[in-house]
Amino acid sequence: MSRRKTTVLGLLRAAPTYAILTLLGAFMLVPFLWMVTTSLKPSGTTFSYPPDLIPDTFDFGNYVNLFTLAPFAKYVLNSVVVTVLTVVGQLAFCASAAYGFARLSFTGSKSVFVLFLATMMIPFQVTMIPLFLIVFKLNWVNTYQGLIVPGISSAFAIFLLRQAFLTIPRDYQDAARIDGANEFTVFFRIFLPLVKPALATVAVFAFMGTWNDLLWPLLIARDEKMRTVELGLAYFNVTSSAYEQPNWPLMMAASVVSLLPVVLVYICAQRYFVAGISLSGVKG
Amino acid sequence: MSSAVQAGAVLEGRAPAGDRPARRRRRRRSERVGWLFILPATAHLLLFALVPIGFSLYLSFHEWTSPSFLGAPFVGFDNYISLFSDDPFWHAMWNTAYYTVLSVPIGMAVSLALAVVVNQKLRGMNVFRAVFFMPVITSWVAVSVIWITLLSPDAGLVNYLFDVLHLPAQNWLDDPHAAMFAIVLINTWKTAGFSMVIWLAGLQAVPRELLEAASIDGAGKWRQFRSVTLPLLAPTTIFLVITGVIGGFQVFTPMYVITEGGPLGSTDVAVYHIYQRAFEEFSMGYASAQAWVLFAVIFVVTLIQLWFIRRRGESNLI
Repeated sequence: MSRRKTTVLGLLRAAPTYAILTLLGAFMLVPFLWMVTTSLKPSGTTFSYPPDLIPDTFDFGNYVNLFTLAPFAKYVLNSVVVTVLTVVGQLAFCASAAYGFARLSFTGSKSVFVLFLATMMIPFQVTMIPLFLIVFKLNWVNTYQGLIVPGISSAFAIFLLRQAFLTIPRDYQDAARIDGANEFTVFFRIFLPLVKPALATVAVFAFMGTWNDLLWPLLIARDEKMRTVELGLAYFNVTSSAYEQPNWPLMMAASVVSLLPVVLVYICAQRYFVAGISLSGVKG
Repeated sequence: MSSAVQAGAVLEGRAPAGDRPARRRRRRRSERVGWLFILPATAHLLLFALVPIGFSLYLSFHEWTSPSFLGAPFVGFDNYISLFSDDPFWHAMWNTAYYTVLSVPIGMAVSLALAVVVNQKLRGMNVFRAVFFMPVITSWVAVSVIWITLLSPDAGLVNYLFDVLHLPAQNWLDDPHAAMFAIVLINTWKTAGFSMVIWLAGLQAVPRELLEAASIDGAGKWRQFRSVTLPLLAPTTIFLVITGVIGGFQVFTPMYVITEGGPLGSTDVAVYHIYQRAFEEFSMGYASAQAWVLFAVIFVVTLIQLWFIRRRGESNLI
């Protein structure tokens, strides 16, 4: 059989698959295309029938209005502050705890770890009311601490990082100790660099979870100045639908802006997204 | 800082191996170091997970009606007893079960189909995988905004498509019979890529030799899939069913943003109901009791599923 023949045959055989893939891809992508093109229609435009997927002229006014009519820049800033600090906090808290659980032996370590795993089973709804009351009592409603502190540690991240630390051979630890390194040096200089992929996975998940979260900011950011992008977007919808049609093109522009950072991170760190999901699938 | 600590460790580490007090001191030191590493996260766990869990139980036995209200009256099991005759709550629980029963199988079937299609060695497959994953990274709020307009009865893209296909137009989000179904479809679109990745990991663990052997025995593609691949995917299936059911019972955001529990309470699910009781009516004690009942239901349903799996002799899978 000649090489060329197999290629042609392969292409013919692959054609139906590509057709199916393209159709499915269209199902996934058309809503996004719709979002982008609608955001480029003049503000306050109502939809026409039949729907025009691609408008005749592109109007970037919504993207300007977003920042002049609404305090959207403030929302973005809030989201950035809350997300960055949550990610940094989770990395610091969870990496050190995971290292302690995986590589250091001390009394009580096992029982505390089991306690961490047990809390993963309690759903957020059970803790959300008392958590809100605690934050309220601390006078943290409408503050960055209120938005950030409850989320800076995660049992799942500790679990994931502990698994990563466990795969490293014991010799690394021993060799460094013989060379006179203490536990903190071993942790920072040797173990942390070795689990970079797991750290990236945790960072990506913490980023996505925090940036896209609605429920917690909804409870804590009562003041407009403290709203995150997601909350701002949700309020555009909830408040406007009560007495008038929402300004759809403007909301689509806001959606595009809210999506951009996530898409950027996804493009840069695609394999860590997938790694995190595969890991979450393995843990069952 | 690190150099000073390091010097101390070197000095201490020099103690001869047979020196007992030194060894004990070193062990005590390593105990301290271990706790030092887990202390921040453990303190956080205590304050923001364990205390709230205990506090939540406490709340559920009190008539707590304001966020700043301290010294609320103890009401015993009253909150739990009132629950039994609270029809709107059970209506919400029923809606939650309906949503779960509808969304889990549909989501699993669609994502498995995606995984099978994507699990082929073809040029450009990574692009398709990335495309199918796009909705996963999109927030529920943005997804909601997009789909409210796509499902708009008179100008939405979906009804236009229905019109082209000569199907009757639907009043997707305003019809009490259609709204929950619409949310299930949106959920499927949003989460299929996530389950696809998990299925894909399962599919790639299927040994090629087994499929080849089946093919030599005369099994067609479909037969190979049904008799070889599918049984080998049992652990993935079980994982997706159990986590899917747990997640289904906790659904909130689409109901909050898209339908606000409506129309006519047809999408009022448990968490949305609890949210409203707690943060719009400020019946925080009563809402806490509802949250515990929801947790108990999830717990029992999960146990029943595990029992079924055990009984079918697949206990080694969990």
